[in-house]
Formats: sequence, structure tokens, C-alpha cells
Amino acid sequence: MSTHIGFDFTPPDVPGKVTGEIKYAEDYRREGMVFARLLTSPLPSGRVVGIDASEALRMDGVLGIFTADDLPPVAPPGNPALASEYVTYVGQPILAVAAISEEIAESAIEKIRIDFERRPFVVDPIESLSPGGANAYPEGNVLVRTEEEGPEGAPIRGAEIRDVKWPRSAIDALKSGKEPVGGEFTTEWAFGDVDAGFAEAAAIVEEPFVTIGYPHHSLESRTCMAYWENGKCFFHGSSQSQSANDNGLARMLNIDPADLVFINEATGGGFGSKIGPYPFMAISGNFAKVLNRPLQLRITREQEFYIGSARSGMQGWIKMGVKADGKVSAVDLVIVNDGGMTGGGSHNSSAQHVTVAYQPENMRFRGITVYTNTTPRGAQRGPGQNEMAAVLAPIADKAAKAIGMDRVAFRRVNAIDSDGFQGGSQAPVTSAFVREALDQGMRTFGWNEKQALAKQNGSKVRGLGVGIGFHGAGGRGYDGLVRIGTDGKLYIHSGVGNLGTYSYAGTCRAAAEALQMPWDRCEILRGRTDNNLPHSSGQGGSNTIFTHTRTNWVAAQDAITKLKEIAAQDLGGNANDYEIGDERVFASADPSKGLSYAQAAARAIELGGKYSGQEYPDDINPITQRSVQALAGSGLIGVAKDNIPGQGTPPGILVGFCEIELDKDTGKVEILDYTAVADCGTVVHPKNFDNAMRGGAVWGFGMAGLERHVYDPQNGLPANTGIYQSKPPTYLDVNVNTKMGAVNIPDPQNPTGGRGIGEPTQGAAAAAYASAISDALDGHLFNTAPTTTDMIINHLAGNDYSTKSLKTNTF
Amino acid sequence: MVATSHDVMLDIELYQPTDEANALALAGSLGKDGWLLGGGQDTYGWLKDRNKTASAMIELTQIDAWKGIKETSDGIEIGAVTTLTEISKNPLVKEKFALLAKAAGIVASPQIRNVGTLAGNLVQDARCWYYRRGLDCYRAGGNICYADSPEGLNREHAIFGASRCVAVSPSDTAPTLVALDATMVVTSEKGQRLVPAQDFFVGPAVNITSMTALEEGEILTAVRIPNTWANAEFYFEKVADRNVWDFALVSIAAAIKVSNGVITDSRIACGAVECVPRRLDDVENALKGQPRSEALAEQVAEIASRGAQPLNYNHFKIPLVENLVKRAVRG
Repeated sequence: MSTHIGFDFTPPDVPGKVTGEIKYAEDYRREGMVFARLLTSPLPSGRVVGIDASEALRMDGVLGIFTADDLPPVAPPGNPALASEYVTYVGQPILAVAAISEEIAESAIEKIRIDFERRPFVVDPIESLSPGGANAYPEGNVLVRTEEEGPEGAPIRGAEIRDVKWPRSAIDALKSGKEPVGGEFTTEWAFGDVDAGFAEAAAIVEEPFVTIGYPHHSLESRTCMAYWENGKCFFHGSSQSQSANDNGLARMLNIDPADLVFINEATGGGFGSKIGPYPFMAISGNFAKVLNRPLQLRITREQEFYIGSARSGMQGWIKMGVKADGKVSAVDLVIVNDGGMTGGGSHNSSAQHVTVAYQPENMRFRGITVYTNTTPRGAQRGPGQNEMAAVLAPIADKAAKAIGMDRVAFRRVNAIDSDGFQGGSQAPVTSAFVREALDQGMRTFGWNEKQALAKQNGSKVRGLGVGIGFHGAGGRGYDGLVRIGTDGKLYIHSGVGNLGTYSYAGTCRAAAEALQMPWDRCEILRGRTDNNLPHSSGQGGSNTIFTHTRTNWVAAQDAITKLKEIAAQDLGGNANDYEIGDERVFASADPSKGLSYAQAAARAIELGGKYSGQEYPDDINPITQRSVQALAGSGLIGVAKDNIPGQGTPPGILVGFCEIELDKDTGKVEILDYTAVADCGTVVHPKNFDNAMRGGAVWGFGMAGLERHVYDPQNGLPANTGIYQSKPPTYLDVNVNTKMGAVNIPDPQNPTGGRGIGEPTQGAAAAAYASAISDALDGHLFNTAPTTTDMIINHLAGNDYSTKSLKTNTF
Repeated sequence: MVATSHDVMLDIELYQPTDEANALALAGSLGKDGWLLGGGQDTYGWLKDRNKTASAMIELTQIDAWKGIKETSDGIEIGAVTTLTEISKNPLVKEKFALLAKAAGIVASPQIRNVGTLAGNLVQDARCWYYRRGLDCYRAGGNICYADSPEGLNREHAIFGASRCVAVSPSDTAPTLVALDATMVVTSEKGQRLVPAQDFFVGPAVNITSMTALEEGEILTAVRIPNTWANAEFYFEKVADRNVWDFALVSIAAAIKVSNGVITDSRIACGAVECVPRRLDDVENALKGQPRSEALAEQVAEIASRGAQPLNYNHFKIPLVENLVKRAVRG
């Protein structure tokens, strides 16, 4: 029976966050600390011809400048910390100035003269693909592989930037919602026989779509502070992850990972933009070394927009064939991604969403990512999947309507189950219970009852929507590390980052559960490398709950094995004769015969070897090895790599139901009800689950209805560098009362039963909201995310000015 | 070339006068170099971005005489640095001029209303994103408008009254004060002048670098609202993307007098469609003497949008204006 998994608790950093005592990277000061500021590009595209910093360097208090010449070169389309010859977006950092105060550093920035040579620029991928369209890089506009693609997820090897242009006919076709015949793609896959699938379809829908790439706007900007002592670099940063940063950050600083102390107690959001070490960390660390002073590089809100990454936008076309029984027989999908200046197109994940949400019998996908002179793009909560969910839901509704099927029933017919597949390779999943989620959600929401309600109320019209969100939700093969101290307490060492989701703490509960430890006798060690942390995954991809309940579980199992072996050695018999409970290891036949955990820990130290960390498994990561070495002799060490057998992607899947009221006079949408049911295995931490569900839903409503990414085609300037201009929803824009539930069927490949769910919470809400708007307007398809107030008014007034031509990065 | 990101203000002298005379003297002596500071919600963006700056700042919020709401012989007077929150919750304003209370209570966000002042909301500068970005547009003293161009991103810009600049009046309270026929009390070292609300706001044809009639050295110190429109039938609605933070896409403020079901008089103004609050005189004339009805609402709505000249991305404002007029007339 569970004692920890599935129960609420207060993560240890919560009081500090409530009182303000917890520190973020920007809060740290160090004696002698100096301040750096960035000079950023005013141009969307150009060449740096010359830099004259002489006047700035003569200013009192100015300590030096740092440029791309001080760092290893980065070839395009990499995201250099500092631009060298070419600048490729407004806001791209070019150099940093250090001074004894921020004010002096900023004033010095104004004294620096840079000569630029302007280059053509482009802010719309389709414009770049058009004949004669500008290219974001001098070399071209698309990264094309020059070697065979590796397995799914493998890094790109052997690729070069080329100039790719489509024939005008293909551009015109895409803009008019037709297949862009003749267009070149860089990713293509198919399964089944798509033509045969369409041939047996009772109805076919064919639609264009466009989604805008939203900036992350993490509340905590990526400010860093670094200092060097005795050959070690102490680095305060803002990351989603902890030990997953070690190797990459050490490479940036050109040091052995053993000489890095990465400190990151709390993080104010990342959403995919801070999974691993980001390029700008190199400036703080290396500039501090050059100056031999602690150095803080504060990133402003506006700079966070520039360098903090954004979701990749899509311009695309989909054709979906549906049989009379509702089964999706064929899908043909084309996506042009806006890669900004770094690529990061997630079209394959968008296609993956289609496979999971509708399990098509036959499918073809073609995608291409085009560079634009806009901010770097990267992962953002369900990258690819969530924006696809937002535009696909109303299109799927249209397909259901075409065959006269209820929209929930349509999704039920096509729902993935434990024998289902995901992605173009039709790979397996660990388990899936989406029909159960749909049934539960339908009941909780009152789908059938709400259908019977009056649709019109004065100028307001009611709309009901349903949507599905998906993201892969778990990884394997990382390490767990626990220690039982001579005080009898359980110390759980976690290399998981604290990105604000509290999953670092929830996953530690697996160790407490396995060792049957009261939670108040457990302590989590985390947040800085010198807390001796194991090799953990990066906190991206909704993986943490699945991945690290497993690692903590296996580490605890190793500790349990050792407890029993020590008891057998001291008290007789063999290990199998013993069990644990009440912080003791004792003989099953005679519970009075045993050792307390404290006694066992003391014996482990005496015994040495594997019991107290002098020896450890061969297969653990060097990061974990270093931590075990540091802990050796301090207690009973439980350490193991997650070798739990199994295969397939653990899916995080969510179904959302939304009821809205749309005012036909004003275009305003009010959310009346939102209900969501997750298929995420066992809910590990109910409060955390609830928060993830609500937070994701709010952002989903923003994705489908409000948020934007705007670049001026005249001068390449962004219009939404601040949060208020980007328009994320506030608490007054969403309904307060939501109903969040879970199927709560354990995943068979996790001893605790849990899978992740963070990312799809957004996609399901976006999809359900978009579906509800379409329903309110008698099935009208906007095929845009977001669908904003002006678009709705224009539609109702018979205008189409704002929605034509698949324009992206506009209002 | 556009300025780079700063987020660090230049050193600025700060004056914090606590009486009127000192404040007026400072405003007079510093002239253009003295930046008038209310709640700071317009100010700090400019200064941190360094797209506008000043050598000195005169903080006005410590002058008690310019704060608070009082009843006068023929209406009420609101001190110019009274916060929007106070106005929105004041019993007198709510009782007599609920139109203003509602508008003040919907500005930006609760936090901004707690520090933002009435004067700040009225005299805030244009929110055109090109202008705020520090571009050399007409309003900034240049000779181009980036919003009114073939590729300009002008969803939030004017459909009426453009003259080189197409920025709109961003204020939520301004249309209500026009509808309530308020008078602005403008004070300087030289004395006081009273300016009708409708004349206080000026378009680009009059002055392209300022949105109000305030001259150098002058301070908006109070707003007087006559009883003429007290307890009329009011309608205020602001349509914005979000319910918090955002400026209006279009807003409407209407004061309508109805007797036995017949509209005897009205004053109606729209926000965010022109550089000034747009008084709908033709609609008011069409309403006068007519029974208040759905048919009348439909009939006059179209009058409201006559003469509109939409840009690339703001055609939606035409049906939106018409719909809001309908709703105001329906009540």
C-alpha cells in the first residue's frame, strides 16, 4: 500500500518561495562582484564591419569588453553567445562590457561604435521560400542534411545551409489551402498506403493552417553570476535542469566537469528554453575568469525575449480522410516551420501528435524548417505537438461532422490504447488509456447534457469543444543516489532541476516509499553540484516523473539490498530472511531481531566497500561516480542506474473539454467551463498534478486565443519584447473553476506507476478552446493559433483582412 | 538605427515637491527638461528604454492639494494625482458618475490602478509600438509613419482623423470625461486655465508631438465634472484582447438622458479609434428625440463609422464601433 506516492506533501522549497527567502541566480552577490551588460544588434541582418570600443574602455570604472573573439567559433546555424561577423536578428548579443556598476557598464555600451553592413532580411518563412525571397543567412535559408538521417531523435550530423526556393505555384497552392506540389522538403516519412486510405474515405477535409511561435518569457530571465576559486568555477545560473548541465557548461568554460560547481536552487520558469546550458552562460563564466572577479550578467526582460528562445511557428496544409465508421483512414500533412535564426523546427513532433491523437491507418508527412531573421527558436512546452493540437482540433471536428459523428465519439474511435503507436516509425507506447479518459471527461464535463442547452443568448453564443494533448513523458537509464546517515535519516540526492514544477521533490518520494521512511525523516540534497548529485535527465519533455521515480526507486532498492545483507552478516541467515519497516531492517521470522537504519548505516561505514560507496556499479555515469566518491564513508549508500526492463515511449496524454460563450458583437470569448482528464499513470503528487493541469490549461487558452509573436516586415523589429505585448492570459482571462482529473491507471513500466503530464496540459486546452470557438460559429474554421478578437469580428462582419495568406509573425 | 535594449535609466535629478507652489515653480523653471511623474506607468518604460529622457523628474504625487475627490456646488472635482483605484471605488463617483468609476476600474491591472493616477491615464503618451520602440517617426520628430505604410502592422491604430500619425488615444478614462463634459484644470506659475475635456486632447493635425493641450510648464491639476450629466443612463465598454493589462481595441462611453422612453440628449465618445477620444456628434444628433429602441440602435450604428479609413490590419474596428454604439443605445 502506498504511503507517499499519490499523497500531497509540501516540497521543501515552498516556504522559501512564499517568504521570498529563496534565492535565484540574480539574488547572489559576491565580494568584489562586477557587472556586465550586453550590446545587442539593432539590425535584423547584417555584417559587423568594425567595433570601436576605445571611448568606452577609457571610462572610469569600465573593466573590459568581451567579444566573440574570446570564445570558440560557432558555425551557422548555431546560436553563438556573441555574434561574430554576421548578426541575424534584432537583439542578438554582439559584445559584453564589464564595469564596477551596471550604470557605468550601460553608459559604456552607448559609447561603443559599431559599423554594420546591412543585409536583406526576412521574417516570414514562406516569403523566404518564394522565388526571389531573402535568406536569413548569407549561405541560405534551410539546413539540409548531407548524410543519411540517424535514428529518430539523433542529433543532426552532416548538414549544411542551402538556398531552397519553391516554385511560385507551390507557394500559391499552400496559401490557398492546397498541396504545395513541387515544394522541396527536408523531412519526409510515410506509412501504409495513403492514396488507398483516401480512396476508402467517406469524407475528406483539406485545410491550410498557421500558428505563431510564442516567446517563452520566463519570469526569471537568464541572469548568471560566476566566480573562480582555486581552479574551480562557481556558477549561479537559471536552468530547468541541474546535473544535466554539468558536462555542457564545463565544456563552455573549458574545464573538467569535476571543477564546476553549478548552483541553481530555484528557477523562475523555463518552459523548454532552459533545458540545458544555453550559449550565454559562456559569457559570464569566461568573462569572470578573464577579469578574475566575480561577474554578474543580468539579462533584462527585453533581452530575455531576444535570447530566451521562442516556439517555432508553422504554416501548413493537412488532408484527412475518414471512413464511414469514423476511423481516420489517411492523413497527408505538410508543415513549413519558422526556425528563427537557429532552426529548432518541431514539425516532426507536430506530425507525431497527429499519429497519437488519431492513429491514422495511413499517413504521409513532409516538413521543412526555414530560417528567418527572428529570435532563436527552441523547445517550448509540447513543441510541435501543442500548436498542432490547437489547429487540428477544429479540422478534426469538421471531419467528424462530415460523417455525422459526435466529436467525442470520433476521437474515441481513433483513440490510442496500449497496443497503439506513436510517430512516423509507429513505435510502441508503454501504455495508454485514452478511451477511459474521454469517457471520464465526458461524464465530468457533462458533454451530452451541455449539448442540449440553448446555444444563443442575446449577442452571446455558446460553444463546446474537445481536444487531445500528447507528449512523450519519460526517459530511462539515469542514476539514482540515496544515503542513509548514521542519524538514521534518508538523504536523497537529486540531480533534477527545480524549474518550478516541484517534480524534483515528488520523484524523491519514490525512494521514501521504497524504504518506508517517514517524509520528515528524509532530506533532499540538490541545487548545487557540491551536494554530490547523481546523473539526472534534463527537465524537458515531461520526463521527470517517470524517469526519476524510477531512478530513486532503483537506488532505494540497492539500499534495501545492502540493509538486508548487513543484517544477515551481523545477525545471521541470509539477506532474503530480512525485511524492512519502521526505519529498521529485521528478520521476517523474528521482528525483534534487527538493526535500525542508523545502526545499519554505522555498520556500512565500518564494512566499507560497496556498502558505504567506496565501490560502486560500473554502469553509473561519471557524474554519479564523482558524487559517490565524495560521499564514500558517510553512510549506507544506495546507488544504481535505472536498468528497469521495458520498451516504448511512456505517453503523457490529456483530453480537455471546454465550454465558451462568444460575444458576436465584440469577438470576446469567455470560458465558462474547462474539464480535463489525464492519462498519466498513477498521479504521484496530487497538488503538483493539479497545478500542472491548471497552469498548462491557462497557457493553452493563451496559445489558442491570445499570445502572439510579431515582427515588422519593414525593419525586422519585434513588437512583443515585453510580457504585456505578448499577451499571455492572466487569471482574469480564464475561468477559475476547472475540473481536473486523471484516469489513474498505473503504467506497467514504472514501479510507482507514474508518467509525466506537464506539456500536453497546454495542448489539450488549446485544442478544446479552438474546437469550442469553431462550434460556437457553426463550424467555421479559422485555422490559426491564436484566433484573436479581431479575427472573430472580421469573420462575423464578412471581412477576411487579418486571416488571409497564412501570414505569420503579424498581429 | 533603433536603440539597443537598455533597462537601465540614466541618472536623473528627482524633485519631490510637497506643495503646489514648489511644483509649479519647478515645472516653470525646468520646462522641457522637467519630466512630470505621476504613478510612473508611462514614465519608466520610456526612461528605462532611454527612448526618451529628461535631466530632472518632478514627482507630483506628494502634493495633497492635487489628490482626492470632493463635491462642489455644481458637481465634483477630482485631484489629478488621485489613483484610479480610489476613483473607481469612491462612493460619490459611483453614485453620480458611474461611467467614470467603471472606466477607471478597468484600466490596465489592479496593481497599475493602485499607483496609476487620473492625470497619468489622461496625458499618457501614444502607445503605437513603432513610436514606443524609439523609431524616428513623425511623432518622434521624424518624417515617416511606420504604421501607415503598405506593410505596417497597424491592428491597434486609428480609423479616423489621421494626419501623418495614426496613433490612437489609449486612455480608458478620457472618453468618459468627454462624455461627461468635464473640464480640465490646467495650472502653471502664470495661473490657471480651464479647458473642456474635448479640447484638452489634440490630434496630430494640431500637434503631432503631444496628445494634449498642455503647454510647457503647465500641469493638469484637477478634473471637474459638472452635475449636468450626473445619474444619466451610462454605458461604458472596453473591448481589449485580455481583461487585464491591455489597452482598448475600441471603447465607448455614453451618457444618455431618457424621458418616457425617449432620448432627450446624449454625449457619446469612443476611445482607441482616433488620436483623441472621438465624439460621436452625428450619432448624438440622430438619437435626439427618438424612442430608445433596437431599431434606433441599428439605425444609428452605421452613422458611427461613416468616414472611417481603415489601415491594413484594423478593418475590424469598423464593425466593432458600430456594435458598441448599438449596445450603448440599447442600454
